[in-house]
Formats: sequence, structure tokens, C-alpha cells
Amino acid sequence: MLSRIAESLFWIGRYVERADGVARILDVHLERITQLPVGEQEAEVRRIMAVMGVEPADGDYSVRSMIHELAWNKDCLTSISGSLHAARENARRARETVSSAMWESLNSTYYGLGQHRRDVVGTFRVCHWTVERMATVRGQVQMTMSHDESWMFLSLGAAIERADMTSRLLWTRSTSTSGMSWVSILHCAGAYEAFLRTRYGTFSDESATQFLLLDRLFPRSILHALTTAEEILVNLEPGIQRVGFKDDARRIIGEARTALEFHHAEDLIAVLPEHLNNVQAACARASESVGAKYFSHALEASWFGGML
Amino acid sequence: MPDLFDHYAADMSGAAAYDEMFTADQRARPGYERIGGVLGELSLSDVNTRADSMARSFLDRGVTFDFAGEERPFPLDIVPRVLTAGEWDVIERGVKQRVRALECFLDDVYGEQRVVADGIVPRALITSSAHFHRAVWGFRPPGGVRIHVAGIDVVRDQQGVFRVLEDNVRVPSGVSYVIENRRAMAKGLPEAFMSQPIRAVEAYPRHLYRALRATAPEAAEDPVVVVLTPGVFNSAYFEHTLLAGLMGVELVEGRDLVVRGDKVYMRTTDGEQRVDVIYKRIDDDFVDPLHFRSDSALGCSGLVNAARAGNVTIANAIGNGVADDKLTYSYVPELIRYYLGEEPVLPNVDTYRLEEDEARAYVLDHLDELVVKPVDGSGGKGLVIGPQATAAELEELRAKVLADPRGWIAQPVLQLSTVPTFADGEFSPRHVDLRPFAVNSGEDVYVLPGGLTRVAMQKGSLIVNSSQGGGSKDTWVLGQPQTQDLDPGQAPPPDVDSSVHTWPVSASWQDEADSDQQQQQQQGRAAAPTTRTGEEPSC
Repeated sequence: MLSRIAESLFWIGRYVERADGVARILDVHLERITQLPVGEQEAEVRRIMAVMGVEPADGDYSVRSMIHELAWNKDCLTSISGSLHAARENARRARETVSSAMWESLNSTYYGLGQHRRDVVGTFRVCHWTVERMATVRGQVQMTMSHDESWMFLSLGAAIERADMTSRLLWTRSTSTSGMSWVSILHCAGAYEAFLRTRYGTFSDESATQFLLLDRLFPRSILHALTTAEEILVNLEPGIQRVGFKDDARRIIGEARTALEFHHAEDLIAVLPEHLNNVQAACARASESVGAKYFSHALEASWFGGML
Repeated sequence: MPDLFDHYAADMSGAAAYDEMFTADQRARPGYERIGGVLGELSLSDVNTRADSMARSFLDRGVTFDFAGEERPFPLDIVPRVLTAGEWDVIERGVKQRVRALECFLDDVYGEQRVVADGIVPRALITSSAHFHRAVWGFRPPGGVRIHVAGIDVVRDQQGVFRVLEDNVRVPSGVSYVIENRRAMAKGLPEAFMSQPIRAVEAYPRHLYRALRATAPEAAEDPVVVVLTPGVFNSAYFEHTLLAGLMGVELVEGRDLVVRGDKVYMRTTDGEQRVDVIYKRIDDDFVDPLHFRSDSALGCSGLVNAARAGNVTIANAIGNGVADDKLTYSYVPELIRYYLGEEPVLPNVDTYRLEEDEARAYVLDHLDELVVKPVDGSGGKGLVIGPQATAAELEELRAKVLADPRGWIAQPVLQLSTVPTFADGEFSPRHVDLRPFAVNSGEDVYVLPGGLTRVAMQKGSLIVNSSQGGGSKDTWVLGQPQTQDLDPGQAPPPDVDSSVHTWPVSASWQDEADSDQQQQQQQGRAAAPTTRTGEEPSC
């Protein structure tokens, strides 16, 4: 397939996953922060925005500013609105490749965004709505697109972004000072019931962390996301090599996965920030090397004519 | 007379135009009885609801055109434009005839120019046309076809006679709206589709793909077809994605292509892949910076040479614009007689050639009664409607005409026919035109039943272009086709039941196209020899 289209698909996968992840994170933290005394709110907002890698333009760290930057700021590619716009724009550029069902649900989501109120209540609604809409989009992707190369690039983007998002989600808990509970974090990942069924009543910080980091069967755990990304990379280039990997992305993702998988699960919490950092760095590097390997042809400009 | 149309009668009275739906004594014309009945059974709020839902579905599906950087849904009116089988037969024959004649003309223009030697058109008509490209003189395109796709604009005059208004054989657009309009109408007004045969429009991409493959360079065993778009900011981008999607081929931009050794490749995740047929949706001037505008990165350098070397088919062929020139248009009836030995099925609109002294003198005296158009304009750009222009505008026009008589033609103001259109809570007459689409595979010319009916959304306005706020109507051709659309031996189209329209079309059609292609290769390839000369043009 065209390199340019493959790149668009990869980013559709990332942005759809990001909109979903940011909506989940914003929802649960917004609920908690609005219950804090006003004086404590700013510190929490600062922390969350730092974890999400977002800075408000005017240095305003109010709840209102957090809502704007994470939900509504179209120009911020981390916000729900920004991710949805970017996903939709990429789909528009790859419209003959994505299924029309998928395009339509993404496009109507983009138009639906404008119908929400931008206050706190409206933002809660938009978070739930986004999670639901993205589930529809992913459902359309699964059921109306051939699971061929185009689907693989889309799913690869999604898997890498999901690992990144779950690590940010865990990070917001690990640095919290104001009693963000593990129950909230599990809810946030849509993992609460799945966790209870796995661990029954044996609830601890440790077991919850392990679940989101290492569970092999829960789709939003970091390990599961990394394993998925790795499988897709193998499918994209199935050749067997006697020694090492030619594919940088596969090496990077594989290293990140094994670092988690073979670590003593019991020791995790002590070194959690380090692990989360590694995961985020690996996601960024893997994304770059996928780009260099598969999409770079699209960037070669062959003619500048009158501009020379 | 249904209640909803009571006002309509009042609106119509005194209008000079031919109304497509009602006769002067307010009876529904043949073909419109059913739709009149269906709409008559609805309340005004029903009509409103359905119109809203149709508009909403266009926005959700992204059936839009780009207007000043903003994506707008293309307005679709709820009242269809209906053509009876008899009316369509005339248009279909007329369009086919015109395409065949223009194909001969272009072949001649870029070859021997017999038409000049025989005194049918002056040499200057060709050499002074802005779209006559010497870069492609002296070779026949691989596949032997120059007009793969044509959109011939047809209007109906006061007497009810269909006339050709202009030919579009470069990059005619709008066919995607024909396909989408039908889909929306089938859902918005299902009652009207029941118990009345309406010819299906969904076969278009299949015909297009078949024609593009059939005209591939001979060496290509399994031709790879792509659609070339200027990109997402082009006003017709939606159409490009729809056609590529429905044909199942890649939609490429210039930067996805590369020419090496006079062969064209596209950049894929798997390396470079050979391309055999390019359905270009870019103006000639932007196709190849080596030959045309050097400041454009929309096309791909080397394309013209690759085409000249016979290694890639470019559809429509470069240089077709000379046939679109409105001065050429004025000669088309003669060209039909000259090349085909037939009388034109569809007459032209009377046209004054302003480089002829007598005609120019007359036109300059009657500017306020005529429509004056630039010969290479499109989208209604630069056109002046005399009766609606101010004195200052007419003076400016006079100066322009005197400075460049070759650049302009004049025609009487034609009262385009009207169709009831739902606007501001009522049905009232709006002027329409019609763009039927023809696909030429070299073996035969297929005309999509119906075409795009464009409608001027402003009351009284004669300007129907989407770039000037026009909308569209679904166009229905009633009755079963009298002649088989596809080649002899080809199975009939799988779906003539117009009540069912699905998109994308069934997955089996590519196989059909493949076997069709094989038939073509066996039967007809020898009929279209490609002569490739490396000579430099001598004119």
C-alpha cells in the first residue's frame, strides 16, 4: 500500500486510542479534583497536565484550564478534541482505504463534538461519549476492514498508543499525594470488574498495579498492548533471521516487554516510575522507527521546480 | 393537484421557462405523476423532516465540497428531476455522438489536422487555444482513447428542446453526487421508488474501471490503475476518494509517484510499484512540471515523457482542453457532420463567434440582451449575463471583448427549464441544467442513466454551479434500458432493481471486470493500434 496512506492509518490508530485514553483519564481525575478544596486544586491540575505532557498557554492551572487543554483545545494533539480532529483528518486523507462505516462514525463524532457544553458537566458527558464513540469506531475497524496491511498499521498505532496511555494513567496514581484510589484507576481503565474476577477480594496497591502493568489477558494492560504491537510488527515483516533484528521497532518494543515481563512482579511498585518512563520512551522510539522504515518514502520531495 | 403544490401554480404563471414537472395548465407531465402523488401525501413538516435527515446524512458521510477552505455538504433537493425513457434516449444518443465526434477531432488535432486542410475549422482555432498542448502533438496515447470520461452539459430551452451548453472532456466532475444523491433519495423518499422502475446508477465505477483497464498500455498484463488527486484541499476531493474507493484502486497524490526510465511507479510500504493507468483529476497545467508549470508539485515530473513512450495511459489525455474551448464548441455540429457523416442529435445553443466582425458588431450592440462567456472558463467564472449586469459591468466587458475577441463567445439568454424545489418551507420553481456522464473504453461509449442535475438555489438565478451556491437533484431515468449497456456476451448488470442501492457495490464486480478485460484483449486490441513516435512536434 502507499506509504503515505500507511502513515495516515498508523496515526488514525494512535489518535483514536488517545482520544479514548485521555477521556478516561480526564473523567476520573476531574471527578476527584472537583471534590478537593479550591486551594488544593491547582497542585493536582499541575501534576496531571505534566503527566499528560500539556502546558496551558497562559500559565493558568485552574480546573477550567485543564478542561480546556485536555478536552476542548483543538490545536492540542493530546486533547480529546485535538485527537478526534487529527484522527478524522487522517481518515479523510485515507478515505478510499478505510471502510466507509469507519469513516462515517469518525466523521459524525467530529461533528457531534460541537454539540456538547464546555462546562464541567458537559465535559463529563463528552468523556463518556468519546469512550463510547471510539468503541464504535474500533468496532467498525474490526468488522468492516480486511485484517490486511492497512488494518495492521492501524492496529499497530493503536497498540503503541495504548501502552503509552496506560503508563500515563498509572503515573497519575504513582505520583499522587491526594489519595487517588486504585479503585478509581481501575475504573478509569475499564478494568475494575476484570480485576475483581481475577483477584477476587485480594485487593492491594500492588495487585492493582500488577494487573494494569502485567496482566497477559486484559487488553489495556501495558504488557498486553506491547505484546500486540510486537505480534503486528512480526506480521508486517515475517522473515526469520538467525541473529538479531533488522526491524528496530520490534527490538525496542521487545526490550520494553521483556523488561516488564521478566521483572519480579513483587518489586514493581518500588521502581514503578522508572518502568513507566521506559515504556513511554520505548513507545516514542518505536513510533519513530516504524515511520523511518515504512513511511519515509512519502516524505521524499522529488521536485521543487520554480522554488529552486 | 396536491395541496403542497398550490403555490407552485401561482409562481409558475408568467414565467418564460419550461417547467419540467407541470404543463402550463398545471397538470403533471408524464413521468412526474408518481412523485407528485408521493409528495402530495406528505405534510409540510414531513417534507421538512426528510429534507433535514437527507442533509444530515450528507454531512455524516462527508458528501461535501470544499468552499473557501470549508467543507460544505452539497445541497440535495428532495424533488427529483425525472426523465422519461423517450427523453433519455435522445440525450443518450446525443451524448454518445458528441463524444465520438470530439474523440475524432482530438485525434485529428494532435495528428494530421485534416479538419483544417478540409476547411471545416480555421487553423487558428487550434493554435490559438490556450489548451492546445504542443508537448503531446504527434503521438497517439496508449490504448488509443483520449476522452475516457466526458460530462456534456445539457439544458432545456423555452420550447422544451434539449440543447448542449458545453462540453467537458478534461476533468468533468460531479459523478460522485449522482451516486450519493441516489443513495440519499432511496432512504429519504422510499415511497417514490416502489412500483416504478428507475434506472440504477451504481454501475458507473465498474464501467469506469473497465474502460481504464481496457486502455492500458499493451505491455501491461494485469494493469494497475490509480486515481491521481491534487489532494485533500481540492474542491472535488470527496469525488476522488469515492471513485478510487468504489474502483478499489489507490488514490495517489503527485508526491506518491516517481518516474524512472520513462516508467511510472508509486511509493508503497513494499517499495516502488509500477503504475499503468492514471485517472488524473488534475488540470493539464499541473500534471508535469517538466513540461507545464514548473512551480507546481501537484503532479509528477516525467509523466508526459512516460506517456509519450507508451508506458502509461493518462486519462483523460493531456491536451483535451482544445475540445472544451467554447469557440470549438460552436463548431461541434459541423464536426459531427464531418467526422461521423451524421446530423447532430442534440443541437447547440446559438453562439456568436466574437472574432467574426459581423457577429462582434451585433453582440457589442446588444450586450444587455446576451450572455457573454470566456472561451476557457469553467464553473461560471467570468460569465456576464447582460440583462442582469450594470452599465459599468457592460462597459468593462466591452473593453475586454475588444481587447481579445478570440477569448469570448456570446449566446442568447436561455431561460433554463425549472423544476419544483423545496426552499424556505415551500416548493417553487428553480432553474436546472443536466450533466450526463459518459465513459469511453474505445470499444463503446457508456452513458450513466441520468447524470447530475444542478439547480440554482436562488430564485430566478440562472447560475447552477456549486461554487456559486448551487445545489443538486437526484435525476431519474424511468423505464428499463432499451439497449444493453455492456458488451455483447457480457452478463446484464446484476441489479436493475432500483429500490436497493448499496455502497460499496458487491465484491464480485472486479472479477467481472477482469473477465471483461480478457474479452477486450481477445476481441478488440488490434483495432486500436498505438503509434508511438519520438518526433518533436513540428507545428
